[in-house]
Amino acid sequence: MQHKSLTTEQVRALIARGKFRDTLFQAVGIIFLAIGLLVIFLLVSDMVIRGAGRLNLDFFTQFASRRAGQAGILSAWVGSLLVMLVTAFAAVPLGVAAGVYLEEYAKRNWMTEIIEINITNLAAVPSIVYGLLSLGIFVYAFGFGQSILTAGLTLALLILPIVIVSTREAIRAIPAMIREGSMAVGATRWQTCRYHIIPYAMPGILTGVIIGLARAIGETAPIITIGALTFIAFLPPVPFTEVSPGVSAGLFDWLMSPFTVMPIQIFNWTSRPDPAFEVNAAAAGFVLMVMVLSMNGIAIWLRYKMRKNIKW
Amino acid sequence: MQIHDNPTLKAEARNLNFYYGEAKALKNINMPIYDKKVTALIGPSGCGKSTYLRSFNRMHDLYPGNRYEGEIRFFPDNTNLLSPDVDPIEVRMRVGMVFQKPNPFPKSIYENVAYGLRVRGENNKRVLDDKVEQALKGGALWEEVKDRLNDLASNLSGGQQQRLCIARALATDPELLLFDEPTSALDPIATGAIEELVHELKKRVTILIVTHNMQQAARVSDYTAYMYLGEMIEFGKTDEIFIKPNDKRTEDYITGRMG
Repeated sequence: MQHKSLTTEQVRALIARGKFRDTLFQAVGIIFLAIGLLVIFLLVSDMVIRGAGRLNLDFFTQFASRRAGQAGILSAWVGSLLVMLVTAFAAVPLGVAAGVYLEEYAKRNWMTEIIEINITNLAAVPSIVYGLLSLGIFVYAFGFGQSILTAGLTLALLILPIVIVSTREAIRAIPAMIREGSMAVGATRWQTCRYHIIPYAMPGILTGVIIGLARAIGETAPIITIGALTFIAFLPPVPFTEVSPGVSAGLFDWLMSPFTVMPIQIFNWTSRPDPAFEVNAAAAGFVLMVMVLSMNGIAIWLRYKMRKNIKW
Repeated sequence: MQIHDNPTLKAEARNLNFYYGEAKALKNINMPIYDKKVTALIGPSGCGKSTYLRSFNRMHDLYPGNRYEGEIRFFPDNTNLLSPDVDPIEVRMRVGMVFQKPNPFPKSIYENVAYGLRVRGENNKRVLDDKVEQALKGGALWEEVKDRLNDLASNLSGGQQQRLCIARALATDPELLLFDEPTSALDPIATGAIEELVHELKKRVTILIVTHNMQQAARVSDYTAYMYLGEMIEFGKTDEIFIKPNDKRTEDYITGRMG
């Protein structure tokens, strides 16, 4: 058989055809990306424009009110912040410990298989189911009531699978040779976890935690289910300040306080007949959006900061 | 120089078998390791030399499904390193290891070397400083890093990183030091430095080294073992193995007809 090389013209025609498809795919990709970005941009700018009238300092320092022009989000953003605090304190130790155990200690058998499948499934459970669970367990069985503590623990359950999964993924990204290097000098499993595995997995864990918190801060359904108030005109007691004559608040009294959170405040305002409240809702929606975006921003920054020193 | 006179035993493999699950990777290995000598393990890829090496510090215990049979006796106390009653951590406290690819921790140079001591509960700054300096000198790295002990280990070159890993292993004064192809990821100059170091180190520690490089085995070792398909084909003084091997298979490998 005779072998014949392609002529220069044929080669160039081939390349031109390939390049055309390249460009075509690039164009389609850019168009789809633009559609996505445009939608977000429209949503945010719509909220800004509609809520502009209320986006001033007073809005952050005033309680909810029956008069739309005087209503603010003080109790809502304080409530959201405190609930997130409880959520983080509950979900991080539990989730990290569970992730480290599953990756570093657990034997591979049918038990761990079942646990793994369950964790993945838990991430897909609708959030209102967590609300129902908490209503039964935290509110009634444990008697925590409709408090910040209950809300924080409920959202902690909700984001626990996210924390566990991101912990495990971060641990799996650590090369086996680091673990072997540590064990080879005579370290125990725990020493290896403490000095190496957990610190090196930290950037990934933190990212997971913050993504989880960003999801939790926007959750409405489970918080309504456990019975958060929709109208509240006081803040949780600040520790060691006087709450009634001669009585000062304990360090943890705020945990048991009634509360509201940002999404509930927004929900409440959008369901009012007076259209003036829609301005408030738009403004509060924008604030919530900024809160979520800045949390994501912090996650990216932290990951960058911490990964700088971790090279294999 | 009479380096081969009356060597004392440091360790001895006796009827050693090893299984990865069902697969038998080491077949009835019997071999002495002499004190303060360098013993090289050579053989084609997959012959079991790394598997054998990693039995000496029970590295296989980190992964499920691995099984040892037989003994590795460790002297002078005649401990069986493979006994289920002996904690692998105890074994690793006595037997150090340097890996194929330099694997410094993403921490400072100082912390890398001090790690083995910290694991043993040493927190005294003066003791740590002193031991880190000694170990870095032992690893022939001190002069290059003494002014930047707090720099990240990842900023060192590959050869420096490998010497750092040797210093990390030396810091805890192991009795036996395992090298698993320590120069396969390094350039010839860095390789030369490591080989020189191995030669220097055998004054204080027994060395077992896996290598793919026959010239390296010839240069650094006092004894050589040739392994093939999980079996120990031949063991002897390096000069004798390389000049007149007894087994045809050893000869074929050494002369490059196979492997």
